[in-house]
Amino acid sequence: MAETEERIIRYNDAFKETLAELLRDDPDVFIAGEDVGRYGGVFQSFAGLNAEFGDERVVDTPIAEQAIIGLGIGAAAVGLRPIVDLMFMDFVMVAMDQIANQAAKMKYMFGGKATLPLTITTTGGAGLGAAAQHSQSLEAWLVHVPGLKVVFPSNPYDLKGLLVSCVRDDNPTIFTLHKAMLGSQGHVPEGLYEIPLGEARVVREGSDATVVAIGRMVSEAEKAAAALAEEGIEIEIIDPRTLMPFDIETVIKSAKKTNRIVIVHEAVRHGGIGAEIAAQIQEEAFDYLDAPIGRIAAPFAPVPFSPSLERAYVPDAASIIQGVKDALHRNG
Amino acid sequence: MPPTEQTKISKEVLFDLHRRMVRIRLLEEAAGQLASEAKIPGFIHLYVGEEAVASGGCVALKDEDQISSTHRGHGHLVAKGGQFKPMMAEFMGKATGYCKGKGGSMHISDLDLGMLGANGIVGAGVPIAVGAAFANKYKNNGLVTMAFFGDGSTNIGAFHEGANMACALHLPIVFMCENNEYAEYTARDRVMAITDVADRAAAYGMPGVIVDGMDVVAVYEAARVAVERARNGEGPSMIECKTYRFYDHAGVSGLGRTYRSDEEVKEWMERDPIKLFEAQLAKAKVMNEEQAKEIHAEIQAEIDEAIEFAENSPMPDPAVDMLTDVYTEAS
Repeated sequence: MAETEERIIRYNDAFKETLAELLRDDPDVFIAGEDVGRYGGVFQSFAGLNAEFGDERVVDTPIAEQAIIGLGIGAAAVGLRPIVDLMFMDFVMVAMDQIANQAAKMKYMFGGKATLPLTITTTGGAGLGAAAQHSQSLEAWLVHVPGLKVVFPSNPYDLKGLLVSCVRDDNPTIFTLHKAMLGSQGHVPEGLYEIPLGEARVVREGSDATVVAIGRMVSEAEKAAAALAEEGIEIEIIDPRTLMPFDIETVIKSAKKTNRIVIVHEAVRHGGIGAEIAAQIQEEAFDYLDAPIGRIAAPFAPVPFSPSLERAYVPDAASIIQGVKDALHRNG
Repeated sequence: MPPTEQTKISKEVLFDLHRRMVRIRLLEEAAGQLASEAKIPGFIHLYVGEEAVASGGCVALKDEDQISSTHRGHGHLVAKGGQFKPMMAEFMGKATGYCKGKGGSMHISDLDLGMLGANGIVGAGVPIAVGAAFANKYKNNGLVTMAFFGDGSTNIGAFHEGANMACALHLPIVFMCENNEYAEYTARDRVMAITDVADRAAAYGMPGVIVDGMDVVAVYEAARVAVERARNGEGPSMIECKTYRFYDHAGVSGLGRTYRSDEEVKEWMERDPIKLFEAQLAKAKVMNEEQAKEIHAEIQAEIDEAIEFAENSPMPDPAVDMLTDVYTEAS
């Protein structure tokens, strides 16, 4: 990859720039979704693309999530490389048959003949007062379905590299932006580069405990790490970046080093991805653990609207600090 | 068959229509027999009675055109060029099947033939067909997609979403409805307030025509018009074929049921599309009874060979095949 001078851009702009570069790079790539064309998307994540690439390649669709995914499946099955957008991750449920019964299973059911280079982009996560049907993180629903790849970029640099990998991957991938991170900034090189799907990033090294943080929780974990460091506690932070495939090796390596693990995600704790990660850790590193694996996640309730409730609902640096301390205070 | 149509349709096409219908019928009867002997596991949805729809539709297509299918998909695959050996092997769950034994009857497909898959979810093939049609328009390759679906699937959201999107985007697609009057085991008039599915076409902004789905020439003629319209960039059309399922929704029985009367079944069987067409062909002196019998015998021999092939084929190996083809590996 071309590492030139630091170029700081917004997460949302990194998304838009990557899409433009992908559209220029490969004539088989097109984008379709609700409001993505003339208007440029509800978060302006697609602004200017329709003007540059035309109605044929940046397609406004009806509000019809099943047909949007079906459009992508059929087009991918006959040789295009579609990017289809579900405006909010919550709409995954509206399209779940096409995602889980069709896209995910087509290759296997058809004995390997189908190749589906389909990327589904969407926005997940809470924090904007968008309430119960526009704020969810549904990764646990998706990683349960064999055939899908599930991607959660936590910063603009990863966003670009992971999005390029998703679009160039020959499988259905679900690429989840976090809507409360759209304005966040970071270094992003110009031009296309790939970050392999299934490779975690060690965000910060530490020896006292490991925090596995997903999506926006990575930045909360970094805040927690800074505060804990002042108390002499050094945490290691791992950002899996992709939840399927999941880089369990990097997590196990860290578990064997720190012996204490806290997993943090925005989704509801019960049945969440943290449960799967914890199960895999105890299978592979049971003898190395000095404390029960902690899970910092949302309570068992829909995402509430009121700012006071929503703030308390979503994990943050404070709850991560508490989780780390709980893990440290246990003697194995 | 009116004399005018005899002049319009070549003898070659008439033979092709006949051959595809007989191929479907004999395969289905054989599959039904094997299912009743428990040699075919799982569910089986037979296409017997509806042969004119798949055959008339697919003869109007080019080999490179695509079709989407339904849970009752054997007929579509045969009509699109599907071969008996890998089909029979797939029915039996063998490694030599079209889907290597991983799909079975309900997911039988061959993408190389432009067959986008039989589908276990009612209506779900429609949005996928819309996607293929989008790709054809995008690539400007002149190809057309034909979505086969039943009357029942026009009541599900995916159908509506797909039909609207196809019309909004002006895609080269033909919506081919097999109205067999029953959504599984429930009569159409118990679950729809309209009689003709074709009425729905206008709501999306496409023409909708009704044809006798037991008359393969009528189906072919309507399909040809709709396919040409799509190929010329004039957008989607809907064809409603009034047809009938001789067997139940699933399995190999058809009579003595509470959801439809035996009298009704027998009335429709009087209008068997193959018998009707063979009578027309004989009357028009295109094919006599003897020739028809020869064709049946030739196809039956091919099916018997396919059954032997399938029975002698290996099952997939769980140790090897369970986890293959879940994902496409990076090349």
